[in-house]
Order: sequence, then structure tokens, then C-alpha cells
Amino acid sequence: MLFGGRKKKGVENPQTELYGHCLQLYTQPPLENISLVEFEQFAVDRMKLLKTVENLGVTHIKTSEDYSKKLHAEISSLNFPHRTEVSTFIVPAVASEYEKRRKDHISHFILRLAYCQTEDLRRWFIQQEMDLFRHRFNDLSPKSKSDFLHRNSLQYETISVEEKKSLMEKLINSSYAFSGCTVEEQDFYKVPFQDALDLVRMRKVFVKDGFAYVPHQDIVTIVLNDYRTRLSKALALTARSLPVVQSDERLQPLLSHLSHAYVGQDYSIQKNIGKISLEQIDSLSTKSFPPCMRQLHKALRDSHHLRHGGRMQYGLFLKGIGLTLDQALQFWRAEFLRGKVDADKFDKAYAYSIRHMFGKEGKRTDYTPYSCMKVILSNPPSQGDHHGCPFRHSDPELLKQKLQSYKISSGGINQILELVKGMHYQLACQKYFELTHSIDDAGFSLNHPNQYFSESQKLLTGGKEVKRELDSPRRPHAAAGSENSKAPPETPSSSNRVPQEVMDDLDSFFQEE
Amino acid sequence: MAPVAEYEAACLPELLPLYYRRLFPFSQYHRWLSYGGVTKNYFQNREFSFTLKDDIYVRYQSFSNQNELEKEIQKMNPYKIDIGAVYSHRPNQHNTVKSGTFQALEKELVFDIDMTDYDDVRRCCSSADICTKCWILMTIAIRIIDRALREDFGFRHLLWVYSGRRGVHCWVCDEAARKLSVAARSAVAEYLTLVKGGEETVKKVQLSDPVHPFIKESLAVVRRYFTDYALVGQDIMGSKESMDKVVALVPDDILAALQAEKNPTKRWEKLKVIVQQKQASSKKSYYTEEEIMLQYCYPRLDVNVSKGVNHLLKSPFSVHPKTGRISVPIDLRELGQFNPFDVPTIRSVFGIFSDYKRTSLAKYVKLFDQFVEEMERSRKGELLRRTDLQKDF
Repeated sequence: MLFGGRKKKGVENPQTELYGHCLQLYTQPPLENISLVEFEQFAVDRMKLLKTVENLGVTHIKTSEDYSKKLHAEISSLNFPHRTEVSTFIVPAVASEYEKRRKDHISHFILRLAYCQTEDLRRWFIQQEMDLFRHRFNDLSPKSKSDFLHRNSLQYETISVEEKKSLMEKLINSSYAFSGCTVEEQDFYKVPFQDALDLVRMRKVFVKDGFAYVPHQDIVTIVLNDYRTRLSKALALTARSLPVVQSDERLQPLLSHLSHAYVGQDYSIQKNIGKISLEQIDSLSTKSFPPCMRQLHKALRDSHHLRHGGRMQYGLFLKGIGLTLDQALQFWRAEFLRGKVDADKFDKAYAYSIRHMFGKEGKRTDYTPYSCMKVILSNPPSQGDHHGCPFRHSDPELLKQKLQSYKISSGGINQILELVKGMHYQLACQKYFELTHSIDDAGFSLNHPNQYFSESQKLLTGGKEVKRELDSPRRPHAAAGSENSKAPPETPSSSNRVPQEVMDDLDSFFQEE
Repeated sequence: MAPVAEYEAACLPELLPLYYRRLFPFSQYHRWLSYGGVTKNYFQNREFSFTLKDDIYVRYQSFSNQNELEKEIQKMNPYKIDIGAVYSHRPNQHNTVKSGTFQALEKELVFDIDMTDYDDVRRCCSSADICTKCWILMTIAIRIIDRALREDFGFRHLLWVYSGRRGVHCWVCDEAARKLSVAARSAVAEYLTLVKGGEETVKKVQLSDPVHPFIKESLAVVRRYFTDYALVGQDIMGSKESMDKVVALVPDDILAALQAEKNPTKRWEKLKVIVQQKQASSKKSYYTEEEIMLQYCYPRLDVNVSKGVNHLLKSPFSVHPKTGRISVPIDLRELGQFNPFDVPTIRSVFGIFSDYKRTSLAKYVKLFDQFVEEMERSRKGELLRRTDLQKDF
């Protein structure tokens, strides 16, 4: 690779030399001390930015003006550096610009820690960082671009005027953006073909003697290629050092949270506590629940049971939509008792875990409802499970059938399946939202099942608050059809089985974060 | 012309031992794959695979030196030898290596051009059959790919080998080539690909403005051969059925106008005229003539063979079990005269049957020798150049 190392000059403030350009390749890790507060804030902000990059990247063409404008707005609002006039002074003119560049630098490295662990995470991180880089690079003025190439010691030679003349016809014919004058005006770089694979592969560039003749306007592709290779290697290295980092108790929860984190409202503070009555749940499940929760609810109603993963995902969701602890206990107890569990067993074992969810037992952590990212990335469902994200975890054929049973139009189903094929699971869910609510644009970026619920309720109730209902005494549920909570008589074998399963479930609680 | 009729694989157990004892060029072979001993253990970490009698296939063979290689081959008498990648550890010890650390590091960049891939555009033969008429396709392929690899990509050490039955292989042995990543190999293969599409695709070549210099160069080669190969040899304009296929590639229905012309070669001229007329009255560019020529003649590569660093490919001087022919290097200086049916077989090389005079492997071994020597010379030159540069400081 022909990217040379940073030249060490005798400048007074090495830090300002590091931040001499608004864009960088993150080759040097930050060396300063930083507070935990800043650590977390920087990381969360960058994550918000990358999330926006992801969302915009799917809904817009990446080179469109609309995309650029929106991304630019997000970059500004989160206080990251963006296109600035390159100052001829060594010290950047504005102190806050320096701060922005420092934040850019540090936040990138923090997120490396959070996103190096699995192939999925790495792929996601690299993709968004590359898109972000491409946007920022393309946004630079030509002089700024040259400055960047210079600072990063790009040792690609530009070809001489004579050589350009002799190759004129070939250069013109190697890209349709060219005419005689554009070739004359631009610099052409001689880049080893291995560094310009994307251009070579598609014959978008003239190749001679092992060199690709890359016009200045295409140099971003080369830089991106290099960036991706570096980042990929860096993440692999980072993953190896991770155990050391994770053993630091201050950082471990933060990093763990980051890689699963939802950036936005976390629905741990329920605004609508006690505003949902248990009777409403069946109808709410078809109208306002996202498919993952609708599926769990139905499975619960059908088999009067859910396994641990499902109980966590659904139970926390219900907490998030406003169920109180008492309501939750009622709800689960009623359903489980219709199944194989008797009252005694329920009170001894399952009730504990529900109270646990509400922070009334054990570690007394008030668990937060799972975000989409967490549902999609962690704990994939196995045989007998109903949790997870249907768009991610269901076989496409089955998903199609399910959507048909939900009366989604076939056109809509195709759109959803396309998104699923492109691995845009949250967008697929968003599309489902739009189709089931008969609107064109959801108006929000879906990140959390509880967000789905509250947005849905907003639409359906015209923005009015959910009518407050008193906790009503337990009444037999019409849909379930049974009058009493009498469980079927237990056979000796099943009464032996249940406790063991419950014990296993409890065990897994203590493995929860 | 049928391939060697008398040959049968049953003779291999008897003849292979003789071949491996007397004729296989172990010395040059070892020199080749050691690449001057510049990289430690380069030969020792190379994977070979053998196909033995009764289709037994063994992978991860590796050898410490030429002597071991010779002894083992003479012991096993493989029906077929494949060459794989240079790994991080000795392939024959790969089971002792910690999982995940045994990796393919380097390998020559290779290309495999197979006549079967041209079945939709040749009328004389199909499938594994070849004849002197369609062999021209291989000549065209070699000229185009060889030029591109040398002039566009700057590679210098290319070994073209007859596969023994229906195609040719190219081994690009430059150091830079051996170090290429999977992505780079696939990029080169895609750069060289112009014919796209399988059974369902009728029109497999689409050109649009601007026409990349590489395509122009390749067209120049195709033009030289097109008349003789396609119009005369394959007679593509000679029958309605065959013409239909050609016309299917043309934007409009001009079949009737072509049928009116009785002489097949003149039909092609007529086609060109009609296309020119269309071009004159249209703003966009018509490359119909070029697209047809390319579809009928341009090389068809198997990208998958070229992509993988760990892909195994038949070794030069290996015998083709189905035809008995030896995979010999091809002399590009005499490419026009190369005839696959003159290539020695495992039988002819020992003068086994009387109606063919004994053919010699000598000239092919010499060619191989020259190739290896050229690489050695080049390496020495490069070494001197580098030490000279260092001396200047």
C-alpha cells in the first residue's frame, strides 16, 4: 500500500497537527485521558450519526442532494466536523471546530471497541463508516481534497502532460464522463491496479502496465478501498485486545450496552403506566403491536405458555406499553394457568421472574424493553421459540404466509420481502407499519417495538392520550373462552417436568445482563 | 476429426510409472515452484493433490524437496496431479495446526478456458469434442488474454498450457500475481469478461459508448480471425437455423433481407450495410457487428477458477486420464501452428503403436525450461536493481 506514515514535524502542538483537516482516516488512536461521561456521550452521539447514515442510505440514493442535505444536518446537529474552508494556519481558526474534530476522532475509536466483536457488527460498522466518509470526502472542496490526499501521504504520481497527451484517446474512452477538455483539465493519478479494484473490475478506468489511470474525480473510490481494508484489519486487531478492555469494570457495561444499544428513547420510563387494560391487549395486538410482539402474543394465547426468550421479549414490551406489575402478574398467571401450570407453581416460579423484570427481585435492575437491534442481533430463536424478529428470523415463505394472514396486499408483501432480502429488517417492519395503518410514510425511523406501539397509538387515537382505565378485577377473557382459571388436572409426569424447566429458566435469568 | 481412438485409461497403470521415472521434468518443475528460494518454505508449503487409480482423490500433499516429490510421485503414480496454493504451514501437517490458522497465502493467478463454454456458438462440435475448426477459438482466447495480462496488467511470466482435452490454462507466475487477494483476482477476471449470461440469455454481449480501450484491442484480434473462423469455418450465415441465431442478436427483423442473399459471406456484408443504414438515421451507437463478433469469438472464462487463492488446477505435464494427452506448454511464438492432435500422449511418447511415429516431449520440456530460466533471470535482475538502489544511500 502506498499510503505512507504520518510525517513527524516539529510542530508545537502535535494535537493540532493531528486535527489539521476536518477529515481523517483514523490511523492513530487517541492518546489523551478522557472522562467516562465524555466517553459515553461521544460514543452515543456517533452511534446516532451512524444510525442516521444507515437509514438515509436505504431510503435515498447516496449521491443525491436530498441525502447530502439530510446527512449534513445530522452531522451538524450532533456536533461533528463537516466541510470547512481549509485554514492556512496550523492552529484551526475556531476552537469549537477543534473540539468537533477531536470528538470525531475519539468517538470512532470508542465504537471500534463496541463493534469489533462479531462479523455482523463489524460489517455494519464498516459499511456506515464508509458511507459517512464518502459523503464527507465528496463534500470537500477540490483544494480540500488535494490537501487531504497530501496529508495522508498518498504516493500516487500524477501523470505528466506529455504522457496524458499520448494517452489522450484512451483516457477519453475509458469513462463516459470524459471529453477532451475534462481530461486535459484534471489530474490523473497512476495507481497500482490492486488499489483500484472497483474501477478496474468494471472497466471504468484505463489500465496499462499494471497501473490504473485514475482521474481526480474518482480518487474517492481508491481512498475508500484503502479505508475499508484498514478498518477491517484494525477491527480484527481490536477484537483481540478486547478481553483486556472488557475487564475494566467501568467500561464493560458501557461497551456492552453500546453494541446492543438503541439510540433514542429506551422506554424504561413508562409514560402510560396503568393506562392499558388487560382486555385491550388482544385487540391492541392486531392493531398496534409490531409483528414480533403480535406473534408472541398469539403464541402465548395459543399454547398458554412462552419459553424464556419469549417471556423476556414480550414481558418487557408489555411493561413498556404501560402494564403495571400487578397487571402483568394477572395477565401471565391467567394465561399460564390455562395451560399446564398450576397456581402454586406459577406463584413460586414464574411470578418471581415477572417481578424480576420489574426490578422487584434479585439484582433489582429495572430491565429495559428490547430495542429492534437487540431483538435482531441477540439470542436467535430455536425450535419452539417465538421470539426474535419475524423479518430477520422467519423463513421468507413463512413470513409471506403470515403477512397474507394479516391481510397485507400482495404488492405490499413484495415490498416487504425485497427489504428483507436486502437485510433491512427494521425498514421492512416500518413498511408493515405503513401498510397496516394505510399511510405512505411512517414519519419516524423504527428502532424499537415500543416506539412502534406508541406511534401506532398516536395515529389511531389522533394523538390523544390513551384513556386511563382503572385496574379492573380479573375477569374471564372473552377471546380465550374459558370461564375459570382452573387448570387441567396434572399428571404425575408433567408435574415432575415443570419444576425442572422453571429452574432452567431461572438459571438463565442470572445470565442476563 | 476424432480424438485418439486407441487410447484407454487401462494402459495408465503400466505407462505412468515409466512416464514418472523417465520423462516427467522434475528438475525444472521444482525450480519453477521454488521461485528461487526467496521465500522460506515456499515449495514445502505448497499443496499438491493426486487423483489415483479408481478415482481416489488425496489432497494436502506436500514435499520437503525435489527428491521427496519424485519419490512420492513415482510411488503413487497419480493419474492426475493438481497444484494448489502455498499455505501458512505444510499442507501434509494441516491437521496438527490450530483451527483457523492454516491458511492459503499465495498462488499463481490462473485462467481456465474450456471449449464447452462455447457450445452455443460452435456448430462443428459440442461438449468435450474439439476439432481444428473450433480450436481457433482457443487461439483467439490466448491472443486476447495474453495481450491484456501483459500490456494492461503488466504481468510478464505467463505459462500457457494445453489442458489435454478441450481447453487451455494460463499460469501467471509473477510475484505480484501470486500475492493477489481474492478480490483482486476476481476484479481481473471480471475486467476480462465480455460474454455474460447462460442458457436463458440470447444476447450475451452488449456494448455502449464509450468503448473501453481493452475492448477495442480485443476486437482488433477478433476481426483478424472472424471471417475465416465464423463465416467460413463455422459458416454461421450458411443455414437458416444458424442465421437465426445470429439475427437474434440484431435489433430488428432483417432475416428476410439476408436470406435473399445466397452467398453466406456476402450475407454478412449485407448485415453490416443494413446496420450502417440504421446507424445513419439514429443518434445512438450501434455496435451490432462488433457484438456479434464478440459473442461468437471472445474468450469465455470461468471466473471461479481464477478467484480462489486455494483453487487447485491441473498441473503442467500431468496426463489427462480421458485422452491420455500430456498437458504441455504452448509456444506462443508458434501459436498458429499449434495442433492439439499433435500433442504427445502417454502412449505415443513411448512409441507404443506403429501407425503414429514416436512423439517426443523434448521440445515441450525445453519450452518449460526456457520459461523457468526467464523467471530466474528476471529475479536476478530485480535483486540487483534493488541492491543497487540501496547502495545509493
